[in-house]
Amino acid sequence: MVEPIQKTLKQINHVIYGKPQQIKLAFCCLLARGHLLIEDVPGVGKTVLSHVLASSLGLNFNRVQFTSDLLPADILGSAIYEPASGSFRFHAGPIFNQVILADEINRATPKTQSALLEAMEEQQVSIEGKTRALPKPFFVIATQNPGNQIGTFPLPESQLDRFLMCMELGYPDAKAERRILAGENRRQLLGTLEPAIDSDTLLQLQQAVDQIHMSDALLDYVQAILSFSRSSPYYQIGLSPRAGLALVHAARAWALIHDRDHVLPEDIQQLLPYVAAHRLHSSSKMSASNRIEIVAPLTEVTIP
Amino acid sequence: MIAQQQVKSERFRDEQSQPPFNGIIWLLAAMLLVIIPHLFRLPIWISVSCLTVLGWRVLAEYHHWPLPSALIKLAITLGLVAATYLQFFTFNGLLPGSALLTIMLCLKLLEMRCIRDAMIMVFLGYFLVTASFLFDQSILSGLYLFAVVFALTTALIILNHPLASSNNQRHYLSLTSSLLLQAIPLMLVLFVLFPRISGPLWTLPSDQTSAKTGLSDTLRLGEITQLAESQEVAFRVKFNQAPPPANQLYWRGPVLWHTDGRNWQDISPQSPLRKLPPKQQPQFSGDAVNYTVTLQPHKQSWVFALDLPTNIPNNVSQQFDYQLIAKDQVDDVMRYSVTSYPQYTTGEPWPLAHSAALQLPPQHNPKTQALAQQWIQHGLTPRQIVDQALEFFHQQPFYYSRTPPALTSNDPVDEFLFTTQRGFCEHYAASFVTLMRAASIPARIVTGYQGGELNPMGNYLIVRQSNAHAWAEVWLASQGWVRVDPTAVIPNERIETRLDTQRFQTTLGDALTAQQSDWITQRIYWLRSSWDAANHQWNQWILGYDANKQRQFLHNLGLDNLSAKQLLFMLLLAIASIVTVVMSYLLYDSTRSKDPIIAGYQHFCKKLARVGIKHLPSHGPHTFCELACKQLPHHEQQITTITQCYIALRYRPDQSRHLQEFLQLVDQFKPHKK
Repeated sequence: MVEPIQKTLKQINHVIYGKPQQIKLAFCCLLARGHLLIEDVPGVGKTVLSHVLASSLGLNFNRVQFTSDLLPADILGSAIYEPASGSFRFHAGPIFNQVILADEINRATPKTQSALLEAMEEQQVSIEGKTRALPKPFFVIATQNPGNQIGTFPLPESQLDRFLMCMELGYPDAKAERRILAGENRRQLLGTLEPAIDSDTLLQLQQAVDQIHMSDALLDYVQAILSFSRSSPYYQIGLSPRAGLALVHAARAWALIHDRDHVLPEDIQQLLPYVAAHRLHSSSKMSASNRIEIVAPLTEVTIP
Repeated sequence: MIAQQQVKSERFRDEQSQPPFNGIIWLLAAMLLVIIPHLFRLPIWISVSCLTVLGWRVLAEYHHWPLPSALIKLAITLGLVAATYLQFFTFNGLLPGSALLTIMLCLKLLEMRCIRDAMIMVFLGYFLVTASFLFDQSILSGLYLFAVVFALTTALIILNHPLASSNNQRHYLSLTSSLLLQAIPLMLVLFVLFPRISGPLWTLPSDQTSAKTGLSDTLRLGEITQLAESQEVAFRVKFNQAPPPANQLYWRGPVLWHTDGRNWQDISPQSPLRKLPPKQQPQFSGDAVNYTVTLQPHKQSWVFALDLPTNIPNNVSQQFDYQLIAKDQVDDVMRYSVTSYPQYTTGEPWPLAHSAALQLPPQHNPKTQALAQQWIQHGLTPRQIVDQALEFFHQQPFYYSRTPPALTSNDPVDEFLFTTQRGFCEHYAASFVTLMRAASIPARIVTGYQGGELNPMGNYLIVRQSNAHAWAEVWLASQGWVRVDPTAVIPNERIETRLDTQRFQTTLGDALTAQQSDWITQRIYWLRSSWDAANHQWNQWILGYDANKQRQFLHNLGLDNLSAKQLLFMLLLAIASIVTVVMSYLLYDSTRSKDPIIAGYQHFCKKLARVGIKHLPSHGPHTFCELACKQLPHHEQQITTITQCYIALRYRPDQSRHLQEFLQLVDQFKPHKK
């Protein structure tokens, strides 16, 4: 089961230098049937990452650049009158793709944002009274500029919660950056990529995630983390049951990526910064500057 | 694989931030509780201003009013401090000190902005709780202050630990309870072992304002004594054998010698007699009575004993007239053991005392003097004159009354003996002694307490202020000083009881049937007895736990003659052992587990801990394995195998397959450093 995973990861790493960790997380998110939010400054390779992911997995890909005048119909599609047939025909929007890059999601108005987020949650779209299922697998990578930029509508907590994971890409290290500067155009490389696995294999992998064993001891551990976050003075609001569920799914996918049929406490500890941090609000008692620091108290919870 | 990121996140508490609302409300409530006992003692204007400030702060908190400016605060502070000085003319002393503290505590509320200020308030609150004990150390006060400490601690916890939601009150309360419960063993150890200093550690500034209770050293005829109405306990007595009959229970207090015709006083402080012991030790006969007295603080120095005491305690001296004087004013509950002999014969008095016992202002009370002269002219012996006087009280229509008419003339004894003929013990004792002295028989007034109420719950005697009494002593050449109680000769039918108490009793009786009333009376009596018994135990064991008792207690434990240093050492030892017991219980509790897999893994971790590899509760098996392998590369294989086994057992689907193998591996594992 692990062979196609390794192959895919290897191929993506071949295109994107120096980010094996982030690539693994993005893939884990995809395997766990979740959606990914990347928070970073422009130009660090967000688009390339999502494009490579789509190409390597043999999925069709579309990119939507979010702007303040983007309307829900621009994403979902709309019915347009066709004089030839004399009737309305539905023109599917970009959302009917398997991988969607929602670039700079916080530039759009809340109405448009919520249209996308609703589709993510429901895995289907209702337009003009008709419900249309979205393709499978369906994976949204949204990017977000750091919140303090002008002209942005930051996502509210309730919508942040819809993303399974949230992470930064970060600048490449010196060695990787040098290779990028010296090497050929990354985007051209994209065109030459052959899919490492097909979408059927991917669906099988997604099903395999559900088979990963999670022992009672680990469920206790997740529960201990949840209840700690609720009673700890370091957080204003604790983690929701949905966050706990996200932790469980992500940990299973993470274990699969690491070729295990069972989850270990370390899986949960390693995923906490990416699954839990964006759902937490640290209180004034903690001065945390990044997501690893935000969840530091949670990683110190006793493993039962 | 992500390396386990050891992030030491800096989590400092922001002390400048605003305290949480529920914390403030708890704090204000606790403050109110703290100052309530002080409010009753302080002048009314201080109490009113303190409550005003507190009330204002509560309203300000609800309506988000701004706090007053620095200038206003300064003005209020200076004004109140000046007013306090004008009230007491000093800041020294218990009452002015606590007044100032209470005012300052309330004024601090006007500038409480951030968490730091609120913390200071809580600590000041604890201090004021301690200050309350300087005034009152009773059970009720102890219970009340314990509740105050509970409220203060809860406020402290909320301030330190602000949770997001305010519906966590129960969480806070349980945290407070467990904190205070944990403090109890430490409290007991400190109470039992902390070195007691015989004598006060520091002298509190004596308080002119605080009221002295009980008897006084002056007896004024015609002034109604309030003592008779007071149910307050004067002292309690535990007899080592059956108590003597009630007519022998005369508890000797101040002896009054000097009179100006109206007032009676103790012998003047300049008199050389003051320094003298009795001239001769009395000759005792009959059975000795051994007992222990627990004296309530009365802010005077005399202590009480049955006539006549011997074997008196060290810190008490016996004066020439057998009254007992403590070396220091009795400010705290005092316990002492005495032996008395109800039957005694005293010897000769000092010559000076003999003449002092005949002193009488010549111009006063001519009728009384005439009566005495008449008896002398009849040629009666002193013994007969005493009997004649008692006969006079018995035959004439003298009434015992708690509310006698005032004696207004310059010759109050004449007025009492021949006109009003109504009075209580003071009147009878004073006029009897005047008669005796007029007949040239040495006599003096003895004040003290008579009788007492036996408490069946604790089998001890309660002597209340209402037992206060005055009687006379005359010196007869054959017998020495003889006690004569002229009040006792008044026949029962001439004793007037208070009308209002009677009236109260009948209304109570009307409302209830006889049986119920009887039952209720019994209950009330039972409650009163139990409550007094509890107070007695409290005095005896808590307040009376002094250096002596401590020595005795430790002696019973087999520890003798401990110096203060050794005591302190023991104290530390006891605290250390309590902490050890608690810690090891907690450790045991956290490691105790019935699951053999977990127990095996814990065993494994313990073995590694012995060679310096510590397993944190947040270490996952893999993390710990890597950590251990890095430090003990020569054991890498074993450690990895055991960890794999453990993971397989605990986290993989089909458990319990290799349990025996795993336990065996752990058993065989003997890590050592290279």
